[in-house]
Amino acid sequence: MHAEEKFTDATWPASPETATLEGKNKFLGFWLFLGGETVLFASLFATYLALKDKVPDSSHKLAKDIFELPLTFVATMLLLTSSLTSVYAMYHMKNNHFQKMQAWLLITVLLGAAFLGLEVYEFNHYVHEFKHTFTSSAFGSAFYTLVGFHGAHVAVGLAWILTLMLRNAKRGLNLYNAPKFYVASLYWHFIDVVWVFIFTVVYLMGMVG
Amino acid sequence: MSTYAQKKGFGATVWDYLTTVDHKKIAILYLIAGGLFFVVGGLEAMFIRIQLAVPDNDFISAGLYNEILTMHGTTMIFLAAMPLVFAFMNAVLPLQIGARDVAFPFVNALGFWLFFFGGVFLNLSWFLGGAPDAGWTSYASLSLHSEGHNVDFYVLGLQISGIGTLIGGINFLATIINMRAPGMTYMRMPLFTWSSFVVSALILFAFPPLTVGLVLMMFDRMFGSNFFDATAGGNTIIWEHLFWIFGHPEVYILILPAFGIFSEIFATFSRKRLFGYSSMVFATVLIGFLGFMVWAHHMFTVGMGPIANAIFAVATMAIAVPTGIKIFNWMFTMWGGSIKFTTPMLYATAFIPSFVAGGVTGIMLAAAPADYQYHDSYFVVAHFHYVIVGGVVFGLLAGTHFYWPKMFGTMLNEKLGKISFWLFLIGFHLTFFIQHFLGLMGMPRRIFTYLPGQGFETGNLISTVGAFFMAVAVLILLINIIMTSIKNERVGNDPWEDGRTLEWAIPSPPPFYNFKQLPLVRGLDAYWVEKMEGKNGMTPAEPLGDIHMPNSSILPLVMSFGLFVAAFGAMYHVDDKSWAIPVLVIGLLITFGAMFIRSVKDDHGFHIHKEDLLDDDDKGAKA
Repeated sequence: MHAEEKFTDATWPASPETATLEGKNKFLGFWLFLGGETVLFASLFATYLALKDKVPDSSHKLAKDIFELPLTFVATMLLLTSSLTSVYAMYHMKNNHFQKMQAWLLITVLLGAAFLGLEVYEFNHYVHEFKHTFTSSAFGSAFYTLVGFHGAHVAVGLAWILTLMLRNAKRGLNLYNAPKFYVASLYWHFIDVVWVFIFTVVYLMGMVG
Repeated sequence: MSTYAQKKGFGATVWDYLTTVDHKKIAILYLIAGGLFFVVGGLEAMFIRIQLAVPDNDFISAGLYNEILTMHGTTMIFLAAMPLVFAFMNAVLPLQIGARDVAFPFVNALGFWLFFFGGVFLNLSWFLGGAPDAGWTSYASLSLHSEGHNVDFYVLGLQISGIGTLIGGINFLATIINMRAPGMTYMRMPLFTWSSFVVSALILFAFPPLTVGLVLMMFDRMFGSNFFDATAGGNTIIWEHLFWIFGHPEVYILILPAFGIFSEIFATFSRKRLFGYSSMVFATVLIGFLGFMVWAHHMFTVGMGPIANAIFAVATMAIAVPTGIKIFNWMFTMWGGSIKFTTPMLYATAFIPSFVAGGVTGIMLAAAPADYQYHDSYFVVAHFHYVIVGGVVFGLLAGTHFYWPKMFGTMLNEKLGKISFWLFLIGFHLTFFIQHFLGLMGMPRRIFTYLPGQGFETGNLISTVGAFFMAVAVLILLINIIMTSIKNERVGNDPWEDGRTLEWAIPSPPPFYNFKQLPLVRGLDAYWVEKMEGKNGMTPAEPLGDIHMPNSSILPLVMSFGLFVAAFGAMYHVDDKSWAIPVLVIGLLITFGAMFIRSVKDDHGFHIHKEDLLDDDDKGAKA
């Protein structure tokens, strides 16, 4: 099968992301990369847990004073929904429905951007309301590093998906770009999973612990 | 497309290497760059030994000594041993599994250039105000108090080269899983491939903690955060954990490929199948697994408490079991074999007692209560040089002689090889054996001088004499390389005559597409199996057809260069230099711009046509 060949619905393979050797390699290589990313975030989580509420003196606010569940709950719902919409996009990709895939990807991007907007608001709020900054305490450093790393991943994911959408807008799907769409959505799921852990470890445990 | 036979101008050759995505050329790049840094690290070692040769020496100052000592360790581990290991993995691994290239040739080139620019950045510190001086472990309690930019070079340089190593590991994993030739099952893979496989998995899981540690250190030193600053609630022990969660697997990342090289050499020159192949595979995987469970044995004296110390002590000692399995298997491979003592085989044979000595002191150090005595003494220095020089460096030197004909198509001189072997072996034991006793007598590591009359004089002098032996040995190896390259006597497919694995079934050096037709693998030691049936080469697994190859690209170099530029911006930003932030932004724009181009510009590679492959046959470049 040639990568640039034009396909009809009938000839489009069931798993276009792994139909070529290059696709198979991308698929596997990206899963491996996510394995490394998992360890990266595990290290950041461990650092955060070690430094949670570690502040120089009692004038600094602690986790239970600053976090607000309604805000992060909305953010969580936005990101979880965006994961679902990216699944729909991949469903249409596998059925060779390019326009529907693009539409669902656009919704994914919008949801992700809304999430990022909330995060910017949240950080801004903490800095101005509670003087909880990156340099104010070890707790602040660890919090902004962990959550900020995730936020940076979201931003990269958005730029990546948008680039793919624009680059391929005119030519549609083929076996060269199908794996690219697939691994981008894989990345998006990973970001979502990391957020679930952040929501649990940072915010939920922050409220009760 | 039979371009490999053509003569090229110098400029074209340089451009070819700057843009290459061919694993064999990247291997040569790794070998040259790693060899260069090995010489630099070796010179630093010589300065250390000269300074310590006599008591109260003032050859170098205390501050400079700290820098040299730090750079010796950092250079040898990250910029010499790692890339040299990668050189052999690149050169041999795709050939051993019967692949035409690695899974991601572009990423392979990117990995090299990241390592290279990271290494250059680190070493530029010598000319830009001073080198890192907090030891290769750069404990936060020391490094946060190091004035100037010294430690910044460590943090940023290792960050850049570390990313290169990480993507290299992912690449080799995907290559081994997806690109094996027909019939090459996992349990038919040569041991070097197996150990590279395990090592790549270790890299994948061990380098991210280092990345995080370096990011936190960078934030603390350059952007005002407080991870390791106890006065703001930080904790300096976090660095030690993150560093050793990386650092301990790292020593297995270095030694396992050396084990792999030795396994190939023992089987080849004993002209016998490797004894206990499946137990060797099992032991390799087990070492890789246990390697992640023992990091805290570097921190026994930190005060983790008796229970944690006991657990890590027992886990550490457990590693002796799979390692012992390997040692016995190598000896049983030689037993009853028809042994040829070539230079690589000499290194392999000498490796066994040298490495066992290092292993035994490892068990001694693993006993936590005893470690309180050995800690931070020359005993530790002796221990890790026995395993790293006696294991890794012996392996790399053996691999250099063994694979040189496959990489360059010409044999290193055996007589010079043996001379440098004996000098290196004697020099190595002379240098480091005595250091066990210096350590037990109380000489602390990392001191820049000592007083007379403490009983350290003789031991240190002997040690320094030994270091000169090793320096001469390396010098002779370099002369050997130059002489061999000038003579350039071409050799055939199987210059050692006893090759067992697929790489010896194709020309030396192989054509750029490696295998004209993918080989059919019919058993362990695939080429040996065919030889025993009286055949000259491998049975092809496919008809002759077009071969798909990747395009060359300058982008990997550009991406790495962007990070190199950005690192300067991040570093001088601390001094409130007005140009620092723009430089940081420009550097990142170069990197991300190159990534963007890579993303939007299609790269479909090209095809070598069947007719051209047939032409190659006529010219005598027979596969």
